[in-house]
Amino acid sequence: MKLKNIYQLAAAVLILALVFVFFRCGGEKEEGEHVSGNLEDIAKERGLTPADLIAAAKTYMPSGKKDDYLMFASGGHSGQVFVLGLPSMRLLKVIGVFTPEPWQGWGFSEDTKAILHGGDPEGDSLSWGDTHHPALSQTNGDYDGQFLFINDKANARIAVIDLRDFETKQIVKNPLAYSDHGGTFATPNTDYIIEGGQYAMPWAGEFAPISDYKDKYHGMITFWKFDRKSGRIDKNNSFALELPPYWQDLVEAGKLISDGWVFQNSFNTEMATGGDMEGNPPVEAGASQRDMDYLHVINLNAAIKLYKSGNYKKVNGFAVIPLDVSAKQNILTFVPEPKSPHGVDVTPDGNFLVVSGKLDPHVTIYNFTKIKTAIENNKFEGKDSYGVNIVNYDDALEAQVEIGLGPLHTQYDQNGYAYTSLFLESAVARWTLGGKWTEKTGKKAWTLIDKIPINYNVGHIAIPGGDTEHPDGKYLVSLDKWSIDRFTDVGPLLPQNFQLIDISNPEGKMQLLSDTPIGVGEPHYAQIISTSKIKAWETYPDIGWDPSTQSKSPYATTAGKEKIDKRGNTVEIWMTAIRSHYTPDQVLVKKGNRVIWHITNIERAKDATHGFALPYYNVNLSLEPGETQTIDFIAKKEGVYPYYCTEFCSALHLEMSGYFMVQP
Amino acid sequence: MKDLNLIFGPRVPKDLLIRERKRFILPTLMLGGAALLLLISIFLPYWQLTLLAPQYPEGLKMQAYVNHINGDVDEIDELNHYIGMRSLKEAAELERSASIILISALVLLVIGSIYTHSPFALVLVIPAILYPVIFLGDMYFWMHNFGMNLDPHAPLSTSVKPFVPPIIGEGLVGQFKTIATWEVGLIFSIVASLMIIAGLYFHRRAYKPLLDMEFKSEFK
Repeated sequence: MKLKNIYQLAAAVLILALVFVFFRCGGEKEEGEHVSGNLEDIAKERGLTPADLIAAAKTYMPSGKKDDYLMFASGGHSGQVFVLGLPSMRLLKVIGVFTPEPWQGWGFSEDTKAILHGGDPEGDSLSWGDTHHPALSQTNGDYDGQFLFINDKANARIAVIDLRDFETKQIVKNPLAYSDHGGTFATPNTDYIIEGGQYAMPWAGEFAPISDYKDKYHGMITFWKFDRKSGRIDKNNSFALELPPYWQDLVEAGKLISDGWVFQNSFNTEMATGGDMEGNPPVEAGASQRDMDYLHVINLNAAIKLYKSGNYKKVNGFAVIPLDVSAKQNILTFVPEPKSPHGVDVTPDGNFLVVSGKLDPHVTIYNFTKIKTAIENNKFEGKDSYGVNIVNYDDALEAQVEIGLGPLHTQYDQNGYAYTSLFLESAVARWTLGGKWTEKTGKKAWTLIDKIPINYNVGHIAIPGGDTEHPDGKYLVSLDKWSIDRFTDVGPLLPQNFQLIDISNPEGKMQLLSDTPIGVGEPHYAQIISTSKIKAWETYPDIGWDPSTQSKSPYATTAGKEKIDKRGNTVEIWMTAIRSHYTPDQVLVKKGNRVIWHITNIERAKDATHGFALPYYNVNLSLEPGETQTIDFIAKKEGVYPYYCTEFCSALHLEMSGYFMVQP
Repeated sequence: MKDLNLIFGPRVPKDLLIRERKRFILPTLMLGGAALLLLISIFLPYWQLTLLAPQYPEGLKMQAYVNHINGDVDEIDELNHYIGMRSLKEAAELERSASIILISALVLLVIGSIYTHSPFALVLVIPAILYPVIFLGDMYFWMHNFGMNLDPHAPLSTSVKPFVPPIIGEGLVGQFKTIATWEVGLIFSIVASLMIIAGLYFHRRAYKPLLDMEFKSEFK
């Protein structure tokens, strides 16, 4: 045999190997899709217009396809946060925040109870919240997809949600106030989470007669220090500014050129307090007498410096910079704004502030540079009764655009357009920004371009990144307060309506794509982020994970290490759960025993969640793959209590059960 | 010295080596290549089992290496407990713990055969030639052992009867389609076997004349 033959032999072996590999990798045949019906017939039968078909094509998600954006919407008085996918508008999750949520076991285990009640007033227990304004954490002025913050208007609380597992990690109570509204808003690097107050009141826990309103009632804005590393608000490095008892409203942090500044509205500079039984006008009238309220301009960097130098007083143990100090140092200054405004919204370049007075058909645009110049040059038109300097309206004004009735909230796209909700008119307006944005739009600055009716009574609107430095203006969601005739009647309490609007073509009209009923609570504001920025865990990183600390639990139990420890009057159970059994599946205690029960889901498969329901003792846990939770209770009543898995985890799910036996 | 010579065979005269380079380099290349493939195969998967079921859209995969198993082993074990199959981690424990040493020995023997210019070379490489067959035989033994010894008290013991999972090709267990495939490591070891056989042929062609000459001269 010659060398040539060797090569031939080697080649033959190689070809054989290749053929072998090829056959192994031979693809499976895909089954054909079976479609019945004809598009035209269906459209005719269902009464769909060509525009409807286009809207359907833009939003329909075939099974298995995933959304491009996630929307985090406040859940209103459900106390929760809703997570929806865009453009399908499918509801993906309701994150338990201020209200117990059984599916997630939220508020049933010891850890989740501790977080849920972390912001309870002393000696009392809250079981709901009114979530208003979600804020995604930001890095360099853009959403980074790491954390979500949300306020509870009803009780002035702030929650921190970790977007690795979409679970609430912390709830803090504002020590100064009983309610808030202007939260939450993040500074461009999430150094501070801002919570503005709303209804002026004496400091929490104090009483002052309403006749002392001007002296004893206060407004406030709180700057919560956020520690990104621990993923928690650091209460000890947080502080507040005392504000006049004008009812402060929404806030926004400056960015780029206005970084280090914070803007906040007010809507009751009349300081009306109602008293309609005493013959006074009700607040709604009393608070609308003056033509102007005050836009609060806060120099946050100067405030931080003051706080760090110890220049504050303590109120209920919390650092508060007194009003006279911040007024004197121009940490707080005012700019007149059309009355009863809702939002103040900073343009993506940080230079313009857009304010809408709900009772004025204009949006008013201020130029931050002009405001800053006036403050630096001490050019004021006067002071209010609390000594706060007021910048002249004309010195701050850039433009006004008449856009329609009841302008409320403004968001931006990347092309130089602003979008403002019109509450009274039930519409969303698109208008052009000025300044350097004119180059982008190629249109006349500060001009109304387009308007789209919505159904009905729009409050906030949301565009992906619509309040950041880099918006991604493909869609706009209109958060409508009323739905009236949009959905099948389900009794007198109607769902809210989320309307998805295509805004991707600034040269054409905005197009309404879909209605989504929200039958859980009244969402206020939402933020939308590209799904590519969210790095959610598929399962917990390790078996025996404690989500409350995001680390391995000291109570982690692995297969074979299960045990029941009895010592004195205490029974401690170390249990594992895996398809389809608990170990142990029998637990015997004596009446009156303290029962400490640790359960670890030792599954590693995605979606292999187990529940744990124990009757009578109000226990319902959700144990996601890897998770450990603990319950701690007194076996106060004798009996035999079957416990079971609340998740349909496997074919033998019903068999996943056990007996908790309490011997008299 | 003579006895050793009997085993290792005659050395090749330098001038002959230069003159007929190809004749001597061929067996070295084939046997050396085989040894290399065997050595590399230690780091490669030998066998893969893929389980397909509706609720596992990406399938479950498990790869057997000579010294460990990889992939969705925990999940497959978890599923296997329903039919009463023991944990895969208990399979072939002895073989797995000894595999690296044994294969290293095979490799050394094959390398040794390059320097053994006598029929003893055949003795040295026989284990390596048979190795893929032994591997598959052992694999079958464990498949049989595991599949036929299901716990009769398992939840699904009435619906899934003892069975022998195929060591290659498709099977069906419950709603799972199983696909067993031979992986790169095993293919390398098979190619190594073929190369050794080819190498032996060239080995004989290269050294037999030398050996014959030596015998002739000895018995003269």
